[in-house]
Amino acid sequence: MDVLAVLIPISLLLGAVGLVAFIWTLKTRQYDDPEGDAQRILRSDYDDYPKP
Amino acid sequence: MACPACVGVPEGVAVQPEPVENARLMVALPGIHCAACISGVERTLEQIPGVAKSSVNLTMRRVAIQAAPSVDIQTIIDALDNAGYEAQELDSSLLAQSDRDDYGRMLLMRLGVAGFAMMNVMLLSVAVWSGADAATRDMMHWISAAIALPAVAFAGMPFYTSALAALRGRRLNMDVPITLAILLAAGTSLYETAHGGQHAYFDAAVALAFFLLTGRYLEHRTRSSARSAAQELAALEVQRAIKWADGTEVTVPVAQIAVGDVVIVKPGANIPVDGVVMTGQSEVDRSFMTGEAVPMLAQPGTSLFAGEINLSGVLHVQASAVGKDTELRRISDMVAIAEGGKSKYSTLADRAVQLYAPGVHILSAVAAVGWYIYTQDLRLALNIAAAVLIITCPCALGLAVPAVTTAVSGRLFRKGVLVKHETALERLAEVDTVIFDKTGTLTLGTPKSDDLAGLNEVQKTVLFGLAKGSDHPLSAALSKTLAEQNVVAAEITDLTEHPGCGTEGRWAGKRVRLGRATWMGGEQGAGLSVCFQMGDLDPIRLSFDEELRQDAAESVAALRSRGLDVQILSGDGPHAVKRVAQSLGGLPFEAEQTPIQKADTIAGLAAEGRRVLMIGDGLNDTLALANAHVSMSPASALNAARVASDFVLIDKGLGGLDGVFDLAHQARSRIVENLSLASFYNLIAVPLAIAGMATPLIAALAMSASSLTVTLNAIRLKS
Repeated sequence: MDVLAVLIPISLLLGAVGLVAFIWTLKTRQYDDPEGDAQRILRSDYDDYPKP
Repeated sequence: MACPACVGVPEGVAVQPEPVENARLMVALPGIHCAACISGVERTLEQIPGVAKSSVNLTMRRVAIQAAPSVDIQTIIDALDNAGYEAQELDSSLLAQSDRDDYGRMLLMRLGVAGFAMMNVMLLSVAVWSGADAATRDMMHWISAAIALPAVAFAGMPFYTSALAALRGRRLNMDVPITLAILLAAGTSLYETAHGGQHAYFDAAVALAFFLLTGRYLEHRTRSSARSAAQELAALEVQRAIKWADGTEVTVPVAQIAVGDVVIVKPGANIPVDGVVMTGQSEVDRSFMTGEAVPMLAQPGTSLFAGEINLSGVLHVQASAVGKDTELRRISDMVAIAEGGKSKYSTLADRAVQLYAPGVHILSAVAAVGWYIYTQDLRLALNIAAAVLIITCPCALGLAVPAVTTAVSGRLFRKGVLVKHETALERLAEVDTVIFDKTGTLTLGTPKSDDLAGLNEVQKTVLFGLAKGSDHPLSAALSKTLAEQNVVAAEITDLTEHPGCGTEGRWAGKRVRLGRATWMGGEQGAGLSVCFQMGDLDPIRLSFDEELRQDAAESVAALRSRGLDVQILSGDGPHAVKRVAQSLGGLPFEAEQTPIQKADTIAGLAAEGRRVLMIGDGLNDTLALANAHVSMSPASALNAARVASDFVLIDKGLGGLDGVFDLAHQARSRIVENLSLASFYNLIAVPLAIAGMATPLIAALAMSASSLTVTLNAIRLKS
C-alpha cells in the first residue's frame, strides 16, 4: 500500500492543475463570446502573419 | 438581469471610471452572423482614424470600441452602414453592468471547484467502499475532508446566502433543504471521521453542490440571454438632439432639452422629444408607435412623439414633454412593471418545491426523533437524519427543469427560434389564444407596389427616375419593383423634394410629379397609394399592398387547427386590417388600437381565464407583449419589442410557429416526467434511509442515478 503515498498526491496534483487551468480561462474571459470564438477560428485573416 | 430599480440608480455609482483618453463606445450589430462579418466589422473600424481597438462579440451581436474622444459615434455608424452592416448606438454606461456577467462567471468558478472536489473525493471513496478499514479508511476520510470541507464552503455559497435570506423573511425555499443537507452531511461526516466511524458522506456533500450548481448555471444562462427590456429601451432612446437657440443650431444631449425648447429634426432622424411642430412640413413614420403603415403628414400644429422617425423635410419641434415624461419612456416604465409581474409565475418546479421542502424536513426530523427514542443514541439519530436529507437530495429537482429548458432551447435555436425566458416554454404550453399584430408581424414592414401593369414603357422609365430621387419608403418600394422589371431610369432634371408632398422634376421639358394625391388636387383615398403625374395629364394612382409574411396563411391555419383562438390587434386603420384578416381566412380583428388599449384587451382576456400568446414587433406592441401570458416577436422587430418578448423568431417566415408549440408541449411533459422520476427515486430511497440502511455508497448511487436519468430524459426529445 506504500504506493498510495505517491499516487494520492499525484492524482490530487493533476486535478489541481485542471482546476487552475479552468480558473485561468475564466479570469481571462474566455467564455464571454462562445459563438464568436467558434467562428473566429474559421477566418483566414491572420493565417500568414500574426495580428499586429 | 438587472431589476428595474437598479436601472434608475444614477450612473457612475457602481460603474468604474473609464480611462478618459480612450472612451469606450458600444454599437449594436443585429445583422452579423459569421466569421466574415467579424473580420469585416473589425477591419472597417480599424480604418477609422482614432479607433484604437475594436472587438466584436458575436454572441451579443455588438462591438466594443476603444477610441479617442475625438471620434464621433456617427462616423462609426456611417462607416459600418457603408460597409453593409446595420449599426445602432448603445448607451455603454447603461449596459456595462449587465455586460460583465459577473454572476455567471462566479457560478462557473464554483462549479469548477465543486467538480474538482467531487472527482477526487469520489476516487478516494472508492477505496473505502471496496473495503478499506481501520487506519487506511481513516486516512482516506481525512484526505476527503481536507478537500471536501473547503470546497463545500466555497461552492455552496450561493445556496447558503439565499437560504439565509429566505429564513430571515420567514419563508422556505429550495435552498433551505439544500443548505441543511450539505451542512449536515459535512458536519456528521467530520464528526464520524474524528471518531473513526465507518460512514462519511463527504462525496455526497460535494456531489450535491456540484449537481445543484449545474442546474443553477443552466438556469442562469437561459436567463442572462434575456435582456432586461427596460435597460435596452433606455439604451435605444435617441441620445442627441439639435437645439435651436438664439438663431443657431447647437447639438446637445437630449437630457439638456427642457420643455418649451425648440429642437430641429432632420430627415431620417428620430424625434427626440414629445412636442408640437412649429415650422416645416414633412412626413413621419410612426409605424413603431401606432402600427400605421401609411406615413403621417406633419405640418405646423401636428403633435409628435419621441421615437417616431422624420422622413422627408426639416421640422422645428417645440418640446411639450421631455425625458421620463415622454410617451416612449412611459411605455418603457410600464413594461418594466409588467415584466416584474411575469416573474411571479409559479412553475411546475416551484409547486413541486412547495410540497417537497417542508415534507423532507418533517420526515428527517421524525426519523431522528424516532431513532433517538428507540436507541437513546444521539450520534446514530443525527446520522439517520443526515442520510434522509442527503438521499432525498433535490439534485433531480434542481436539474429536472433547467435540463429540459436547455435541451429544448437548443433544439429551437436550430429551428430559428430564440427562447429568452426560462419559464417561457412552460407558459407557451398553456396558451389557448393567439393574438397577432399586423404591420411587421403578419405583413412584412415594407410595402410592395402592385398594379404597374397600367403604365406604358415611357411612363415606367420616368417613374423610375423620379422614384430613385427620393428616400421615401414608397419611392423605395417603387424603385425595387421597377428594377425587378428591368426598367431603365429616365434622366430627370431639376429634381426637387417637397417635404410632406412628394418629388417633382423635369423630363423632356415637361413637369413630372410623384407624391400625395392631395398635392395634385385629388382625394387621398383609403389604403396606401401615391399619384404620378406627367405634364398636365390626369394623375395616375399607384396603389401599394402590404406583403404578407412568408407562410403566414399556413401558420395561422395550423394554429387554428390546434384549436387555438387566433385574432388580430392592430394600430392601423380598419380598412387595411380587414384586408389582411380576410386573406388569412377571416380572422376576428380589432383596428386602431393604441398601445394601452392593446394591453387592456389582453388583460381583459386574461381576466376571463384565457392564456394569451401575443406576437408583435413595434413599440406599440411592447406593453401588450410584456402583459401577455407569453410573447413572441419576429427578428425584424424593434429592439425594445424583441427584448420584451419571451421568444424571437429569427427565420423570415412564420412557418416555425407550429413546431414551437409542439416542442413546448413536449417540454412540459418532459418536466412532469422528470419530477415524477425524482419522486420515484425518493419513494424507494427514503424508506432505506429511515431504516438506517443508507450507506454512503447507496446515497452516492441514488444521487448520481437520479440526476443522470432526469438529464437523459431531458435530451430525449423528438424534433
